[in-house]
Amino acid sequence: MGQNVRVSRVNRTTAAASFSVSFTVGLYGIAFGAAGIAAGFSLLQTCLLSLLTFSGASQFAVVGVLGAGGSAISGITTASLLGIRNALYGLRMAPIMKLHGWKRVVGAQVTIDESTGVALGQSELGEPAMRQGFWLTGIGVYLFWNLFTVLGALGAQAMGDPAAWGLDAAVPAAFLGLVWPRLTNNRERTLAVAAMALSLALTPFVAAGIPIISTALLAVAFGWKVRP
Amino acid sequence: MEGATMSQMWIAVIGTSAIAFGLKYFGHSVPEKYLSHPRALRINTLIPIALLSALVAVQTVTEKSKLVIDQRLAGMAVAVIALLLKAPFPVVVIGSAAASALTFRYLG
Repeated sequence: MGQNVRVSRVNRTTAAASFSVSFTVGLYGIAFGAAGIAAGFSLLQTCLLSLLTFSGASQFAVVGVLGAGGSAISGITTASLLGIRNALYGLRMAPIMKLHGWKRVVGAQVTIDESTGVALGQSELGEPAMRQGFWLTGIGVYLFWNLFTVLGALGAQAMGDPAAWGLDAAVPAAFLGLVWPRLTNNRERTLAVAAMALSLALTPFVAAGIPIISTALLAVAFGWKVRP
Repeated sequence: MEGATMSQMWIAVIGTSAIAFGLKYFGHSVPEKYLSHPRALRINTLIPIALLSALVAVQTVTEKSKLVIDQRLAGMAVAVIALLLKAPFPVVVIGSAAASALTFRYLG
């Protein structure tokens, strides 16, 4: 048994990791659903972003930029810069997943931080476990993320004025929660502070959305050379 | 926070989704050597840090194109404290919302 991937048993360790990641990450969907409504997106648009874009940071970014008065182009650009890493995940997963046809379409859609992370975390259990981890986590996050997006959006609609409920602060707090675990060394922390300073310094002088995109240039400058 | 028009939002929803899928599919379809240059990888890990940090700043202390100090800054202070105390994500978000809402109601 186990020769054919399709009938091999689902590894219990992999299934447990996949489920806990799916549920925990899916819960963030509440924050996204609320953020979409607070930024002025409709319920349908907010839910479509979770169904179709399905990449947390990109989704928060596009509603954040448009909510702050930015144009569609600056929203799309910011979200897409954040989505580049999914291409790199796909590149990493492709030799393991070997997907073709409609399976590649579905697999690509669920190629995100979490499905890649769980899959790579199963490497000691072998490639079948990595593939199971990828599918279980990718599809699990997809289901929970979309379910909780609807709930968050409906909740925010029922609330009325976002400021009265603190939603106007909850959205940047969610961004901070996303960026915080990525700040692991001094270069990254300096970049975070520099990006905040640059975006605020530019805000009075350029169109909304531009101050955010311009900080991608800082990332290029900081990453150009290898530094300790 | 209301800013853009509905049609801008539809363009944003469709454009973001199309490019997001294109990037994911592209990754599964190209040979690895094209995207694995060390410099490209390094910059790619830094881009989210820059963009997300900028979003935090802009959404906390600006409105339209002005710098504005209001209840959101109180919410952000609570978020930072919660993160320093290693609180889980929901506590960070809810704590920040509560601080902002209370400041808005009693001091705003």
